[in-house]
Amino acid sequence: MTARDELPVKGSKTRTQAGYIGKAEPRANAKRLLQGRGSFIDDLRFPRLAQVVFLRSPHAHAKIRKLDFSKARTAPGVIAVVDGRAVAEYCTPWVGVLSHLKGLKSAPQFPIAIDRACWQGEAVAAVVAETRAQAEDACELIVAEYDPLPAVIDMHEALAGRHVIHPDLGDNICFNREVDFGAVEAAFAKADVVVEESYSFGRHTGVCLEGRAILADYNAAEHTLTVHHATQAPHMMQDIFSKHLNIPEANVRVICRDIGGAYGIKVHVYPDEMCTAALSIMLRRPVKFVADRMESFLSDIHAREHKVKVRLAATKAGEILAFDLDDLTAIGPYSVYPRTSGIEGNQVVNLTGGPYKHQNYRAKLNVVFTNKNVTCQYRAVGHPIAVALTEGIVDLAAQKLGMDPAEFRRRNLVPDDAYPYTGAAGMKFELLSHHQCLDKLLALMDYKALRAEQAELRKKGVYRGIGLAAMIEVTNPSPAFYGVGGARISAQDGATLRLEPTGMLTVLSSVTEQGQGTEGIFAQIAATAVGVTMDKVKVITGDTSTTPYGGGTWASRGAGIGGEAVLQAGKALRSNILDIAAAILSVDKATLDVYNNEIIDAASGASRLPLAELGRVAYFRPDTLPMKFQSELMVTRHYTPREYGFTFTNGIQASLVEIHPDTGFVKLLKHWCVEDCGTVINPMLVDEQIRGGVVQGIGGALFEECHYSEDGQLLNASMADYLVPMSGEMPDIVCGHVESPTKSSELGAKGVGEAGTAGAPGAVMNAINDALAPLNARVNSMPFTPERILDALGAANAKG
Amino acid sequence: MDHTSTLTLTVNGTKVSRTVQPRTHLIDFLRDELGLTGSHIGCEHGVCGACTVRVDGTIVRGCLTLAVQCEGKAVDTVEGLSDSGELAQLQQAFHERNALQCGYCTPGMLVAALDLVKSEPDATRERIREHLSGNYCRCTGYQAIVDAIETVLVHRRKEARA
Ligand code: FES
Ligand code: FES
Repeated sequence: MTARDELPVKGSKTRTQAGYIGKAEPRANAKRLLQGRGSFIDDLRFPRLAQVVFLRSPHAHAKIRKLDFSKARTAPGVIAVVDGRAVAEYCTPWVGVLSHLKGLKSAPQFPIAIDRACWQGEAVAAVVAETRAQAEDACELIVAEYDPLPAVIDMHEALAGRHVIHPDLGDNICFNREVDFGAVEAAFAKADVVVEESYSFGRHTGVCLEGRAILADYNAAEHTLTVHHATQAPHMMQDIFSKHLNIPEANVRVICRDIGGAYGIKVHVYPDEMCTAALSIMLRRPVKFVADRMESFLSDIHAREHKVKVRLAATKAGEILAFDLDDLTAIGPYSVYPRTSGIEGNQVVNLTGGPYKHQNYRAKLNVVFTNKNVTCQYRAVGHPIAVALTEGIVDLAAQKLGMDPAEFRRRNLVPDDAYPYTGAAGMKFELLSHHQCLDKLLALMDYKALRAEQAELRKKGVYRGIGLAAMIEVTNPSPAFYGVGGARISAQDGATLRLEPTGMLTVLSSVTEQGQGTEGIFAQIAATAVGVTMDKVKVITGDTSTTPYGGGTWASRGAGIGGEAVLQAGKALRSNILDIAAAILSVDKATLDVYNNEIIDAASGASRLPLAELGRVAYFRPDTLPMKFQSELMVTRHYTPREYGFTFTNGIQASLVEIHPDTGFVKLLKHWCVEDCGTVINPMLVDEQIRGGVVQGIGGALFEECHYSEDGQLLNASMADYLVPMSGEMPDIVCGHVESPTKSSELGAKGVGEAGTAGAPGAVMNAINDALAPLNARVNSMPFTPERILDALGAANAKG
Repeated sequence: MDHTSTLTLTVNGTKVSRTVQPRTHLIDFLRDELGLTGSHIGCEHGVCGACTVRVDGTIVRGCLTLAVQCEGKAVDTVEGLSDSGELAQLQQAFHERNALQCGYCTPGMLVAALDLVKSEPDATRERIREHLSGNYCRCTGYQAIVDAIETVLVHRRKEARA
């Protein structure tokens, strides 16, 4: 029998516990959070715990002329006040580059700025005190003097390079890339229709409700460092703490308990967090840092500041011939370590035009340094940009051709029977389902009826718009994402399963949980694979000293990679359990199975032995087993995706909006998403990932932008000024699925965590422009604030 | 800064007395002095609702309320409301509907939702969305939360009729 036949995880014909895959099981680990009994970093209580706060540069770019700590050092409760040089004694600097992003460069970055601050909000000093209030009081007593330097704020200025931020690097260009596939010039020359438009995307950020948080606890006697860290990637951080703080890897333990939102924000190396760990070593006691809201805005990675010009060539008949792209993006003064800040732009190049079957594609990317906060990978990394500009220009082409946008897409989406397929940008797709998704979406939303209603309402002066956005999405990344470029980030994940003496099942996984439901779906997979009920399963994640080694949670990889490891470990454990059962019962292993917490007779289903009894014998009375028999009730398996660089998924979203031309307000009426993430392990959790993602995408489309002044001051670093989606303005979101399991794993799961965020901004943009079309107005700068919409309407009026 | 005063109040049904600085916010008092870490801090400027607790039956923002303002008052937090069972229906509905992901907003959401469930038994979805508009959730997109609260309201309306 092949592995697949032996344990079909879906549609089982055997008695194997197939019941949990595909079921909307509630997450067991949600219960503690519902009672306020979670343990987030700031909830932890430690003896001799000190708290660190940071003095941050008020200038975007300045020489630090003087730091006088004398008053601060004598303030009540103060333990230490340090500058960059003092911390550098304990922590080496880093440079955020990857060798496979050819030419990508950056400058060394220290935990605390030395001599020069490069963005407003960069830490220039740290104060450690017994309480946070004391540390904050003392921080105000530091006398800091600066000589402001020219600040490079605008990305075109950065590219022009009048002022070079890091003179050693020669210019302000972090990374550039050009690709040219097929015959782009020829395609444009023979096209019947060429459309061109520029789009800009506001710089925004993750706004995790829990600020970044770390509690580092150095034990000088053992030279061990235990770090309680709100991070998505504990093993990556273990490696980094070990390397930069010079502590043997095995002496560093990273623990992640509850994490109050992450979305990519908490997967990077932050100078203030490295500093906290260094201070714990320096002061030989536990030190905690929790970013407050203003610090979060100033120092959590930002994302998505892009200006893009895109052109599309098509025939009269509505066939897309080519895409041509020019993307400029600004990343702040450093490429973020260790994932780099080149990935987002790189993704835009890789993904633009991705759903369509044209074979000519050209793209140019420039990634430049500026004196604003750093940017890096945030949920859906590059996808929201690639999808929005692709779908925006596709709609414009459809409009110019006088073709319905759904029909235009249907003609150009890669056919469902074309796989495996290589797209124009060189991406390899194993199996996608664009047409099934489109059909399902149009049925789900009743597209025809909506169009009819839209036309009726327009006659009454009501401006509704319908926007579509097809997408492809990178999930389950192989080592091609980071490992090949030299980053010590695991693309592999592992799972350990242990049958306990009472027949309970403990699952240890290297994937982490920030609320996605990782632990829940792993319990479902483990229960299914082994043959126990869900209530018997306990899942443990987020501890480098107990779980297998692995990558953690990012790039929609938890279910597909970590889940496969759980499945394989579960199958192996089940086999081991049956070996023991066969030994106890003196029968052929093949006649037995595990079902519902019992050993059963495979043929009749008759109960033979409860797992609790098997556990008792295996652990406490092994003397009763055959002489040379050794039971193995703990099994570890790993899984690395290898066949494809990424396991691409696809989907399509639609947005229905109403515009008020007098106020510029956009009312979101409804949103739909049909997504193909392969095997759906838990439909409820999948849908909630999508809904949460969609709303995050809507935030970027309508509200969120980090506004900087001309001299690089972040003007809206509070939640009162930086608008995020709240419940009142958000629509209900309808989800649908197509399931095309990946054959690269037995589980067949692809990722889904970023799909909502990837497609929503494009869908909302197209809906707004569809609503504005009869008014001859168009918007293409996110976020689409009422002001921008009024401006577009004003410009249309002026043109008459 | 050294000026302190003695504060006596009832928290989750138990009378407590502590010496506090007048500048201490209720949320810091609950978390740091009493170890009641269920209520969270998200913004410290009254926007996100993560710190929502109940004072004498009314929901307040723990980050905008000074501890000393609660002298003699009764404060209820998610821990107490869980133990008393007052939140049980909502908690069950949130759990079944997966109306939480990271769970950081959840205690504040639940306390705000309880307020609505008690004060407006006939609340519609629109009203639920409005009522929660001061509670930020980055994870869920809100729909599951609205669904869960609606489920509880519908259930209670049925119970009331029966
Ligand atoms: S912490 Fe009080 S409202 Fe945000
Ligand atoms: S569940 Fe994470 S913020 Fe609401």
